[in-house]
Amino acid sequence: MNLNELTIKAARSLLDEGEITSLEITEACLKQIEILDKEIHACLTVCADEARREAKMADKRLQEGERGDLLGIPYLCKDILMTKGIKTTAASKILENYIAPYDATVVRKLKEAGAILLGKTNLDEFAHGASTENSAYGPTKNPFDITRVAGGSSGGSAAGVASNMCLFALASDTGGSIRQPASFCGVFGLKPSYGKVSRFGLLSMTSSTDVVGVIAKTAYDTAIVLKTIAGKDELDATTAPEKMTNVENKFSEKIKIKSLAGLKIGLPKEYFLESLNPEVKEKVMVIAEKLKAAGAEIKSVSLPYTKYGIPVYYIITPSELSSNLARFDGIGWGLKKEEAINLQEFYKRSRGAGFGPEAKRRIMLGTYALSAGYYDAYYKKAQTVRTLIIEDFNKAFKQVDLLLTPTAPHGAFKIGEKSNDPLAMYLEDIFVTGASLSGLPAISIPAGKVKVEGGGEMPLGAQIIAPRFQEDLMLQIADFLN
Amino acid sequence: MNITKEEIEHIAELSRLKLSEKEIEMYRTQLGSILDYIKVLDEVKTDKVELTAQVSGLMDVFREDEVKEWSPKEVEAALSLGERENGSLKVKRVLQ
Repeated sequence: MNLNELTIKAARSLLDEGEITSLEITEACLKQIEILDKEIHACLTVCADEARREAKMADKRLQEGERGDLLGIPYLCKDILMTKGIKTTAASKILENYIAPYDATVVRKLKEAGAILLGKTNLDEFAHGASTENSAYGPTKNPFDITRVAGGSSGGSAAGVASNMCLFALASDTGGSIRQPASFCGVFGLKPSYGKVSRFGLLSMTSSTDVVGVIAKTAYDTAIVLKTIAGKDELDATTAPEKMTNVENKFSEKIKIKSLAGLKIGLPKEYFLESLNPEVKEKVMVIAEKLKAAGAEIKSVSLPYTKYGIPVYYIITPSELSSNLARFDGIGWGLKKEEAINLQEFYKRSRGAGFGPEAKRRIMLGTYALSAGYYDAYYKKAQTVRTLIIEDFNKAFKQVDLLLTPTAPHGAFKIGEKSNDPLAMYLEDIFVTGASLSGLPAISIPAGKVKVEGGGEMPLGAQIIAPRFQEDLMLQIADFLN
Repeated sequence: MNITKEEIEHIAELSRLKLSEKEIEMYRTQLGSILDYIKVLDEVKTDKVELTAQVSGLMDVFREDEVKEWSPKEVEAALSLGERENGSLKVKRVLQ
């Protein structure tokens, strides 16, 4: 087996036994990137020299007897997280040559743990999108079919893990941006609870739903990375203290679960409408049956405000990002329009040229929704309906321990294809925005393949949603199903 | 929903975005359709419902205002790459 195809778990024992070196795994990953990435375009920046240097340092630490979960493990990082000394573009022209002056907290934690940064991955510009087609640097192709999208906005990270360019990847999820590409690329994608992982160094999009998360090859690997990057951070006031995140769950003591007796799994009926692709439904029901066979109880639950998730999301997101993107003024980094005659013109021209169409559309929508006379009708209304959506989940979790749903309503679509079916578009985000608006942890796990339009079969994921800070329970069940 | 050209131009002004005529028309129609779709929220009764501004569950998170020094090199790297004059960042004329 090629070393880049290893899981973190397998690499860990080989490294600790001295059978392989971190440099060897790193070289294998760099080679894989070299072979595949001209076509897949998962990476925007590859830091080969830095990676080799870090790998050698990790090997030294291992030789000196140091041990650690991620010591010597190579990873890719979504280009929306700050990496000191390395270009950080958010896949936008407005940050074209921006070199990050500091590390995001999660990057710093991984560095201290001895993980090896291989490079920065492609995304929809500023995380706006669900296909990575909004990148100012070209789309990322799906490793299973390069005529299809890798999903988004973390398409590069998902494609990177799926094509074994790395052993895991960091990504971000605001309204499905980890889970959906993980689903499209057949890998595990974890969106932690809001407040579980520090957002310091994450270029903000929607401050009230953004989270940093993990894409990996197995549930176990996902859990290992989460353990390293999670934790309260003085630099992010929205991170939760330990007493809040230390939640007891039914299976706390059990490491490898054999029986699921006592576990209640809810299937929200609003996620399984008549219009859902029957093959997608079938794949999720197969998982439900596996859980049932192991002793879990499967119940139907209702989340009545589900259908308002999208409109709520499409008010809150543009509103918050219109404020967050105001800092990109062209002064000092990236694209700038020198021919402007005064400061106002400079701002308008730099931003007009530097931002892509989706970013501009969202900035405009958000500015409108927050402007005088419209704030109550739009933003305030959306935040109020958000409360009802959160209450839906709270009520459901009084009846069940976890929710099981599809991640996406179909497999990856073709690059450039526009979906003309409004109902299909409606369903596209509906499975993933609820957990985002509520700050709940959710994971997409591979659930097989489904037939796709245009011929062939593509990967599909199932989603497990847990109550706030119950990542442990969720990951135990994901591991059980793995 | 009908948004006028003037409204779009006003929003573009507030957003500090220079748009072409074609873009103005494109966003005018697109924003109109999106806002039409959003209208479905009007059917939700929210009179007695509190709004959720954030889901962290936290309030008033404080820390000591301690200064942590960066090296001059780091400071230099963090400051903008813009034009400098006598240590100050040079920008375009603000007032005519």
